[in-house]
Amino acid sequence: MTTDVAVQPRRAAKASQKRKLTIEIVAVVAIALFLVLVLPLLLSGFRLNLVGRFLALAIVALGIDLIWGFTGLLSLGHGIFFALGGYAFAMYLELNTLGEGQLPDFFGLYGVTELPWFWQPFNSFPFTLLAIFVIPAIVAGLLGYLVFRNRIRGVYFSILTQAALVVFYNFFNGQQKLINGTNGLKTSTSVFMGQEVGSDSMRMVFYITTVVALVAMYALCRWLTSGRFGRMLVAIRDDENRVRFSGYDPTAFKVLVFAVSGAIAGIAGALYTVQSGIISPQFMDIAFSIEMVIWVAVGGRATLVGAMLGAVLVNMARSLLSERFPDVWLFFQGALFLIVVTTLPDGIIGWGRRSFGAAVSKALGLAPTDLPYLDDTPEAEAITETPEFAEK
Amino acid sequence: MLEGLIGGLFNGISIGAVLLIVALGLAIVFGLMGVINLAHGELMMFGAYTTFVVQNAAKSIGGIAPEIYIFVALPLAFLVSALLGLLLERTVIRYLYGRPLETLLATWGVSLILIQFIRSVSWPMVIGLLIFAALFFIGRWVLTRYTDWDRISHWANPVFLGLSAAIAAVAGFLVQSSGSSKFIRPWFGARNVDVTPPSWLRGGVSVGSSLQFPYARLFIIVLTILCLVAVYWFLNGTAWGLRIRSVTQNRGMSACLGIPTGQVDALTFALGSGLAGIAGFAVTLLGSVGPNLGSNYIVDAFMVVVVGGVGKLVGSIVAALVIGITTYLLGSGTMALLFPPTDFFQPVIAFFNFFATTSMAKVMVFALIIAFLQVRPAGLFPPKGRSVEL
Repeated sequence: MTTDVAVQPRRAAKASQKRKLTIEIVAVVAIALFLVLVLPLLLSGFRLNLVGRFLALAIVALGIDLIWGFTGLLSLGHGIFFALGGYAFAMYLELNTLGEGQLPDFFGLYGVTELPWFWQPFNSFPFTLLAIFVIPAIVAGLLGYLVFRNRIRGVYFSILTQAALVVFYNFFNGQQKLINGTNGLKTSTSVFMGQEVGSDSMRMVFYITTVVALVAMYALCRWLTSGRFGRMLVAIRDDENRVRFSGYDPTAFKVLVFAVSGAIAGIAGALYTVQSGIISPQFMDIAFSIEMVIWVAVGGRATLVGAMLGAVLVNMARSLLSERFPDVWLFFQGALFLIVVTTLPDGIIGWGRRSFGAAVSKALGLAPTDLPYLDDTPEAEAITETPEFAEK
Repeated sequence: MLEGLIGGLFNGISIGAVLLIVALGLAIVFGLMGVINLAHGELMMFGAYTTFVVQNAAKSIGGIAPEIYIFVALPLAFLVSALLGLLLERTVIRYLYGRPLETLLATWGVSLILIQFIRSVSWPMVIGLLIFAALFFIGRWVLTRYTDWDRISHWANPVFLGLSAAIAAVAGFLVQSSGSSKFIRPWFGARNVDVTPPSWLRGGVSVGSSLQFPYARLFIIVLTILCLVAVYWFLNGTAWGLRIRSVTQNRGMSACLGIPTGQVDALTFALGSGLAGIAGFAVTLLGSVGPNLGSNYIVDAFMVVVVGGVGKLVGSIVAALVIGITTYLLGSGTMALLFPPTDFFQPVIAFFNFFATTSMAKVMVFALIIAFLQVRPAGLFPPKGRSVEL
């Protein structure tokens, strides 16, 4: 009898979990199919291209959510990884367009006669595919290792990532002879798989690739955050010292998750570049990287759906507003930052779950969920309020 | 050789002085209060634009005014930025103490709003804002007096906000569409504006054959030293300074002993913002000012604070000077000249020449800062004691 009592709720919980997973998979596949099959019929080519770009940005938002929402590391330098992925792909496209032994046009302007050594490997497509996410991952891992090793965290980490961003911006901006400096690399007229990148059919290919990549990255993040690894990340966010005292080394986890997040940003950057037609140091603008954070905050921290939703919504608002009233956009964006921080800290998803979560769960026949980031119990509040902690 | 080195040192120190005067306010706000103020650069910008306005007024007065306007502009720049900072602290930041990452995002939002404000501020907009403030605050005051405000506040507040905003927007729009073109033109616009320094600040002292110390740079160095002395005196020699230091060390205990921590926070933030205004005044002497002025300085200033160590002014001083001198020596290519041009040193010289531009010098300096933080993660002068734990 006693075993039955213990097993019963566990079995029920397991069944509920399984059901939930099924519903989630069905929902994701349905949305993906809608994006791939239905949306192209409804929207003009221009709008579809915009949606494709927003979806690429939603991929970065996933990466940001992974490190900020779940691990509590606020990176203001994700533009670096985004741009590195973009540059990697753009360099391949530049070389792919040309015949054997030719140089991209801009080299002639600066009197460069030989292809710089680091361009050479980008002749190969498999290498480029790897480079798009491996190079950002390595850069992120290295930066993360050097910072986290010394237990530099919190705002110091944020400031250092921002400084790193400025440095990369300066580097790419200043090196005309290596990567065409301020002008960046144009991809819209390049040739990929025998077709022009800017052509309609190619755009469609990139759009579908973006949707597939988004689903894949969502699955990856979902997998990372749901198991033990995910609980570790949340533990680091909530009390790093306790994690350390429990015998784990937070540094390794943080470096790893930062590298993964960088890799995700790299993939997003490559997809965004081919859809926008250019990559330039502007992608490493300070403002752009902070915006990425606000997408996640608007959607809801520590909810992957929220990150994607926030990225798409904010960017749609941006393109609508800045088309009609360019002056208003910055006011709106500034207000968005303020509102999200002061009155809507859990974002749209958090607010929705709090208001309608129970009803939705009930309708689908699921056990009510607890929300990782939103469970700010009174004790947790009380801890931050005590003077010693409040002082930092 | 010696002249080159002295010239390099002077330029480095003058870059360091600009950095320091920008970082000083940050060091106070960040170091003493733990608030990351990304709008610091925009407070600077307001100081710079105040100087611009004062200069224009002085020009229209004529006579001796254009020669001495900076003595009016300096305190005004301080005041404008300090008041703006006070407003910012009372309305936004005080709800976010102890949550530095949230402060960071909120102040970034504020900085965006301030940038766009400077770009598009015009008479219709000011009129709209005034109408809004009048309707909202006076109306609310009336309501709180004559109704049961606590009971209705949850719906009355947003309704009231929306209503006054709508009326103000309509009024502003009407003014906009009816006013003459001169009246509705933005005050500053998005383009950079130029501030002409008084004639006695142009030129410089010549020493030897090739050395020249510009007066403007010397003036900034002197101004920085004065600010440092004043801040030091304020923190260590006055009653309010004592209170600020005490709140920094232990907020709860200070509150128990009767120190009004809320007022202390407001004062500290206003002081830091005012110093940003002075920094903004100082940079008008170096070149034109524009709405994006702040972002050029903010990251470097934060680097100064991080390298210097939080909560110690002396750390910021040393860090600013070291970063300034290093940046100049690297950026101007002086480092490459230090080595004899023999084959043996050729790689070293090539290496330094690669970094001999302003932007590449920043790359190198950042690498050095990261390397430095490997040795001293908490900066040059880390705070001691239990408060070290972040």
